[in-house]
Amino acid sequence: MIRSVLIFLLFILTSTGGEIAITYGMKETGEPQRLRPRQLLIFLGRAVRNSWFWVGIPQLALSFYLLLLLLSWEPISLVIPASALNPYVFGTLAAKYILGEQISPRRWAGVTLVCAGVALVALS
Amino acid sequence: MGHELRVRIKTLVMILVMVLCANVGDLMLKRGMSQIGAVQLSRAGLELAFRLTVTNGTIWIGILFLIGFTVSYMTVMSWADYSYVMPAGAFGYALLTLLAVIFLHESVSPRRWIGVVLICIGVLLVSQTKPRTTEAAQQVAA
Repeated sequence: MIRSVLIFLLFILTSTGGEIAITYGMKETGEPQRLRPRQLLIFLGRAVRNSWFWVGIPQLALSFYLLLLLLSWEPISLVIPASALNPYVFGTLAAKYILGEQISPRRWAGVTLVCAGVALVALS
Repeated sequence: MGHELRVRIKTLVMILVMVLCANVGDLMLKRGMSQIGAVQLSRAGLELAFRLTVTNGTIWIGILFLIGFTVSYMTVMSWADYSYVMPAGAFGYALLTLLAVIFLHESVSPRRWIGVVLICIGVLLVSQTKPRTTEAAQQVAA
């Protein structure tokens, strides 16, 4: 039980950390001027040379294996809803406190409804 | 068209592409793997599974769609908030449910329908907020 909780905490840390790092890296990269194939390729070329991108990728890979590990220990009906909620609960908090995004009351309300909905869908 | 409206539409279209690519990609991988059959966890079994996987067209279509997902995810994150994209992308769950009902004629529990309705209202609320609340970094010339 304690083993699963620790691995789950590590899963939250790596999956949220990975996505936040990649988001930060993409903001540093700057958006493509136009959404055309050539501009997208140039954008991708710049993105993969950003160091935050490479901080994020190994974390996401690790979180994927941690999820597989959890699935082999705990019932899927517990692991899947818990992991599905992760980006909305911890991701939103990390976006606010690490990336400095402003979460208006309307956005909080929307995120809360999405959380409840995803939990219901993932549990059924 | 105002600048903010343009950003909002661009963001929502990109999220739609992202969600479609992720769902179609997963579906293709699942279909491809079921064509291959259960993988035996022995050296020979894994070698066979590897050979069958890399020569399976459906798997490659799935991989292409997942690459499409990754590119659209990275692109939309270059201008939009994480806390905007993630909840807005949750309509993928609603989309999957509708597709399962329409094409696979699956029956959906009342609990799941309630979940889908909550997600749709939540996505509607989030999509009304500003897609970007952090300062824009200076645009690098392409």
